[in-house]
Amino acid sequence: MTTAAVRNAWYPVGLLSGLSLDGKSSLLLGEEITVFGSRDGVPEVESGGRALPVVQRFGHLWTSLGYPGKDLFTIPEADHPDRTLVDVGVVRVKCSPLRAVENFLDIAHFPFVHTDILGAESHPEVRDYKVEIRDEVDEVWATKVEFYQPQAAKSAGGGITTEYMYRVPAPTCCVLYKTCPPRPGEWDVIALFVQPLTEDLCDVWPWMALFDEDSTLTELIHFQQLIFVQDRSILENQIPKRLPLDPAMETPTRADLTSVAYRRWLKRQSYTYGAQLVAE
Amino acid sequence: MILYDYILSASCYKVRLLASLLGVELQLRPVDFHPGREHQGAELLALNPAGSIPIFVDGDLVLTESAAMLTYLAARHGPDWLADADARATALQQQWLAFSHRLTAELGGARLVEMLHFNGDLKALQSNGIAALRELEAALFARRVAGGTFLVGDGPSIGDIACFPYVALAPDGSISLDPYPSIRIWMRALRAIPGFIEMPGIHRLHELAPDPFAEAPS
Repeated sequence: MTTAAVRNAWYPVGLLSGLSLDGKSSLLLGEEITVFGSRDGVPEVESGGRALPVVQRFGHLWTSLGYPGKDLFTIPEADHPDRTLVDVGVVRVKCSPLRAVENFLDIAHFPFVHTDILGAESHPEVRDYKVEIRDEVDEVWATKVEFYQPQAAKSAGGGITTEYMYRVPAPTCCVLYKTCPPRPGEWDVIALFVQPLTEDLCDVWPWMALFDEDSTLTELIHFQQLIFVQDRSILENQIPKRLPLDPAMETPTRADLTSVAYRRWLKRQSYTYGAQLVAE
Repeated sequence: MILYDYILSASCYKVRLLASLLGVELQLRPVDFHPGREHQGAELLALNPAGSIPIFVDGDLVLTESAAMLTYLAARHGPDWLADADARATALQQQWLAFSHRLTAELGGARLVEMLHFNGDLKALQSNGIAALRELEAALFARRVAGGTFLVGDGPSIGDIACFPYVALAPDGSISLDPYPSIRIWMRALRAIPGFIEMPGIHRLHELAPDPFAEAPS
């Protein structure tokens, strides 16, 4: 179901560095689109003979099938000139776009899916953290999230307790800020931009802005692809396929507070694409 | 020994896996396969004109076929893994190494289309992949009835390592492994070998639930 909130949102549709002048066919919300690179001007996205609005940001091309009332969000922290900006590349996942975002917001699965990297089976506890829907910016935020991680980042030498902040600035996008091992006081920025192809198929475009002078770009790409593809097989097996927005459907625990807020926020703005409203 | 490696490549993983099982250290050289397509660039084409990875370098020896890399590692560091006790075993080993190329082309091809936007005839790749899985299931079933667990000989061998990764990753190409019980038991046995390492999409064997009848540790 495409509500106004769904049609008017911005979505990623390609890496700016990987656009084709001849055009590449894709899907957005079940509708066919063609994404064109441009030798000197602005890339274009076309759907049914109509030129769609575009924004170039975070190394990706963004578009909308509707008429976005507000600009695409920004990530001011990512503008620091010392950061390495990493285009991780697309991974297609047979899951609801909202499931992909929700999984990214979850910490409790780290010890079991990202064993000995983002979590350890001996340290499964999720400590209390703070979640809020910030009405002034209309975003979901989780802060004071702490977790023990054997190898938190490519740049982490060994096990550390990592602090996280999660931010959902748009229904199919999430940004996480985490302790940056080489630069205490700064945050590494890792984002997941999700292009909904259909309600249960999506293209996921991870992107990062890191302080890491020691790793090569390829090593950073590999690390993030390793993590995300560990999630992929889990995401493709989640049931129900669509994210339940009815609170009666699933019983959350304290560790799921971010997910609860995310679902509530989606429901409040009638963002229902990839969601399940009533129990089947 | 240098391995030009990509974290999501099952063919690279075969070499990493056998090296780990043999306790051999490899020097990994990450290749930006996706999205950078570095394997098609001048530096790597000079090493491997076929434009594929993995590439394995040991001194002046350059290998570009994963089956050859497995053979080399086993011959040098674990001859039991060659499972070449007699003419029959030697021939079967070659047969499975060759068979693994079908798995790579078909199951691996479906995975690249479904996961990383590669071009290909998905239906044909999936049908051919399923045909190969059915052959493997039949062969493993026959082995089990005869008392064996692995493809050739009494223990695991390079033929198992060559076939295992793309089979385990078949679901990435939207091919279910539910219909193949013998394959699943075989994969379980391989994942239980000491020194086993995972790759994205192939999870390690987490400890089984505790035995409720076991005596509590004192």
